[in-house]
Amino acid sequence: MLIAPSLTYSLLAPILIVLAGALIGVLVEAFLGKTHRPAIQLTISIGSLLLALQQLWQIRDSSSLTAAVNSVTIDKAGIFLQATIVLLSLAAVLLIADQENFVAQASAIPGSIEERSALEQKNQQTEIFPLFLFAVAGMMLFTIASDLITLFVALEVFSLPLYLLAGLSRRRRLLSQEAALKYFLLGAYSSAFFLFGSAFLYGYSGTISLSGISAAAGNGNDIFLLIGIIFVSVGLLFKISAVPFHSWTPDVYQGAPTPITGFMAACTKVAAFGAILRIFYVGFAQSQTQWRPIITVIAIITMLFGSLVAIAQRDVKRMLAYSSIAHAGFLLSGVVALNKDGLAASLFYLFAYGFATLAAFGIITLIRDSTGEVTDLNRWVGLGRKSPLVSAAFAFLLLSFAGIPLTAGFVGKFAIFSAAYKSGNISLVVVGVLASAIAAFFYIRVIIMIFFTDPVNNSVSVIIPSIKSKVSIVASMIISIALGIAPSLVLTTASNFANFVK
Amino acid sequence: MTTSSNLLWLIALPLFSSAILILSGKRANSWGHVLATIVSASSFTIGVVEFFAMHGRSDANRAVTQKIFTWISVGSLNVDASLMLDQLSICFVLLITGVGTLIHVYSISYMSHDHDRRRFFAYLNFFIASMLLLVLGDSYLNLYVGWEGVGLASYLLIGFWNQKPAYATAAKKAFIANRIGDVGLSIAIMIAFATFGDVSFAGIKEHADEASSTQLTAIGLMLLLAACGKSAQFPLQSWLGDAMAGPTPVSALIHAATMVTAGVYLITRSNFIFDEAPIAQLMVLVVGGITLLFGAVIGMAKDDIKKALAASTMSQIGYMILATGLGPIGYAFAIMHLLTHGFFKASMFLGAGSVMHGMKDEVNMRKFGGIGKFMPFTALTFGLGYLAIIGVPPFSGFYSKDKIIETAFNAGGIKGIALGMATLLGAVITAFYMTRVVILTFFGNERWGHKDEPAESPALMLIPIGLLSIGSIAAGFIFSKGDGLVNWLQPVVNPLKEHHAEEFLPPIIVSLMTLVAVMIGLTVAILKYRGDQVAQAPEKVSVLVSAARRDLFQDEFNEAVFMRPGQSLIKILLNLDYILIDGLVRSVAATSLSAGVRLRTLQTGYVRSYALMMVIGALALVTTIWVVTA
Repeated sequence: MLIAPSLTYSLLAPILIVLAGALIGVLVEAFLGKTHRPAIQLTISIGSLLLALQQLWQIRDSSSLTAAVNSVTIDKAGIFLQATIVLLSLAAVLLIADQENFVAQASAIPGSIEERSALEQKNQQTEIFPLFLFAVAGMMLFTIASDLITLFVALEVFSLPLYLLAGLSRRRRLLSQEAALKYFLLGAYSSAFFLFGSAFLYGYSGTISLSGISAAAGNGNDIFLLIGIIFVSVGLLFKISAVPFHSWTPDVYQGAPTPITGFMAACTKVAAFGAILRIFYVGFAQSQTQWRPIITVIAIITMLFGSLVAIAQRDVKRMLAYSSIAHAGFLLSGVVALNKDGLAASLFYLFAYGFATLAAFGIITLIRDSTGEVTDLNRWVGLGRKSPLVSAAFAFLLLSFAGIPLTAGFVGKFAIFSAAYKSGNISLVVVGVLASAIAAFFYIRVIIMIFFTDPVNNSVSVIIPSIKSKVSIVASMIISIALGIAPSLVLTTASNFANFVK
Repeated sequence: MTTSSNLLWLIALPLFSSAILILSGKRANSWGHVLATIVSASSFTIGVVEFFAMHGRSDANRAVTQKIFTWISVGSLNVDASLMLDQLSICFVLLITGVGTLIHVYSISYMSHDHDRRRFFAYLNFFIASMLLLVLGDSYLNLYVGWEGVGLASYLLIGFWNQKPAYATAAKKAFIANRIGDVGLSIAIMIAFATFGDVSFAGIKEHADEASSTQLTAIGLMLLLAACGKSAQFPLQSWLGDAMAGPTPVSALIHAATMVTAGVYLITRSNFIFDEAPIAQLMVLVVGGITLLFGAVIGMAKDDIKKALAASTMSQIGYMILATGLGPIGYAFAIMHLLTHGFFKASMFLGAGSVMHGMKDEVNMRKFGGIGKFMPFTALTFGLGYLAIIGVPPFSGFYSKDKIIETAFNAGGIKGIALGMATLLGAVITAFYMTRVVILTFFGNERWGHKDEPAESPALMLIPIGLLSIGSIAAGFIFSKGDGLVNWLQPVVNPLKEHHAEEFLPPIIVSLMTLVAVMIGLTVAILKYRGDQVAQAPEKVSVLVSAARRDLFQDEFNEAVFMRPGQSLIKILLNLDYILIDGLVRSVAATSLSAGVRLRTLQTGYVRSYALMMVIGALALVTTIWVVTA
């Protein structure tokens, strides 16, 4: 006989609320007419996210290992990560709500009559909202899952909607669908690695819980443990786009609708790093002498590769994709640090990077010509003359990515490198700083193109954003600027919340 | 120590008013100058109130302080933004705000046709505020803020008519010369902090005797460099003449009430350092002596009335600097001369402005002549200032200059005789060139070459001049009556009540010698310039005169010694930067770019190759770990 599991609903409420919102969204999609649907869907999404945020605030001081039969851990760091995801999602959903970027009917064949007629009749489907909410719920679960099965389920819950969302671009649909398919194939492939690794870990320790694996370390044939660690890591390193598991990133970032790219770049990174931090800090901490050199090498390769290849990019979305690869490398320094400072710095870094990324992709959606977004950097030349404000905002974000002082990026890099330095990984810090210098080269090159080169093509313009996009971009910008000027607000919070319960 | 909450207002009023005038734009055009003048007068009123309050207290309790906020608190460096008003700074406060206010009033009329008058008054207020901060700061760092503010204000005002490139250049020249001095001040502050761990006057004064003489000498020399910049002393004097590019009220402000007095203040305020550093003190004497003669010689040859007055300022400040170099007994006389000079120099500059006003902005004295009968009031007040500066009793300059000459002679030994003779020679030359200015301008034949007769200036310009003239007449007598000013300043500058035991020459002899010197200069000038003059400057002149006309080659010297080698150095550095550093950066960039382009080819776009890359990556990791653990 199966005994019903006992769940502490109050602690799980944030995730459950978002899931409920997603389910209601599915019903709305099925039963409501097209006129009111977008507004209602948006309201449901924002409402459930706000409710989830409120619940997170309620449980901010709680900690529990048994909220859902040992499969999730409620702790400080988990709550901070979930709150970060929810806040970023709030900004992202406003960008997504600008339906202009999405195909009217996902099932219509690109270039077909159905597609055209759906557009003409304004028969816009709104399934992106429930898909988005499912992904958010999966990401939230991913950061607090404390056994391998829950991790895997969460991974799939947030990945599957993303595969779909990546294919929904209204313009350049074939490119978008190609990206979605690539993402799906490679994602499935990496999930297989993850499962394979989980099997090895179970075989080694006889348990799937992270703390159990940690406790079992050292008794038995270590090679099983290490292979398990490596294969599980491959699955996770894929999600954060660490080299050599990064190759999907540029293609998917470029092909996906820009608001979705922003959402993926910001929130997936938070969720995946949340899980990685938890697994390495809690599950694999005992085996650090084995995995630390490997992750260090991967971090170094990732930083250098991302920074170097970004230089050669001519497309702004691809450039930001490589920039996100480089940032994954910087963030891995926080994993390698394996101390409280490293955790706190990673939390801050994720928060700051998330908002800057969302704002950057939000701005990209504004820069268009008659056929849609213009992502070719050569056509951004001289944009600073035409739209000084938007260009200045983008330049500020690039400076923040580059880690120039007085921006959040600088504070984040400084915190994460000093944590890595304290833990004795000096070579990592040296490479990190060098890679930052290389990265600064291509960020600043873009600024020079925007501001200091004479415009050659006048067909590119900055559209006036809808109120939703405007709110999202302005809010993300304000947060990015505030984090640069007064980082201690979030830095102190991150430091207070930098705690995994084992 | 007594505290007061009024000190901040002294500075805040003109500072806010300056901000209001700048920010409110054209809207303030109609009332800006009135506000600025009222504000300046209010500061003066606060100063007067504070003076009487201070006068009512006993010697030991006269200084008042006000802490505004904790400015810097890093490690062992704790600096409060706080102000201190003592017997020394009150003298400056009254001079700055008093003379400053009169100049404000004068400017209302003088600048009435300038469409940027509001901006001019904003700068004037800023100048006053900066100068007040300079004299009220209770530490070198607070002083430094005011010091830099004065530098900026002078730059803005000298270059006020920057539509003329020559004027803009003059402003830049003043600023650069001042920057050199500023570097000296900042280094002095750094050495002081390294030595004492403190930058406040009180803190350093307390521990001054604990420092080594090398450290004190270094601080003293750097402070002297700073003073040379602001006070236009040799070798940083070259900006002063060109600074005449500014509107005449600015010249009056710079020369009488603010700016050039800052160096004298700095050295006097730092008496506890200079008294312990004999080498630095000797350098102060040398600088003062050279400058007083240097300025006087230039003054003899200048035909531009404002430049002649500027040269005389250089020379008179030289007297003050020399006096500060004479040790505890000299400081009070330096300040006394500074105050009397403030009155008569301001009145003469404003008088010169009045003459220019009547002569359609002509400044060449060769084209003046006989103006006295058309502008009697200007001539009378200028004459009073003239009698004061050459040191005719009982006018104010006599009392202060005579004391400096006497103290110089009493410095003892060869040094005393040399300094005494230098100051005496300075007195001869001063009498000569000032007489020349007065004769060429107000007497003799009319040489202006057009029929318009000069008319007396409006009352708003004449009243301030008149008030300043009262100071030219009486200030010296008031300050020296019963050694009033000396006793007043004594707790600050001469706490040990030091007096020279031996007198090289009795005071009466020195006074007589000074009078004889003045008579010689005056007579020579009258003999030379009586009768009709021509409107052109003679071209066949002695080497000395042509050298003096060119400011004793100060600009040529600076160009040859500093500017050209400096430019060559910059060219070399620029090339080094281009080839070495830029080359390095460019090659790194090129390498990165080509690496990026090559690595990019890994991105084929085929899922199969991506998957292969993942497998290879995973296998590489497994192999690595296998090797590492085995």
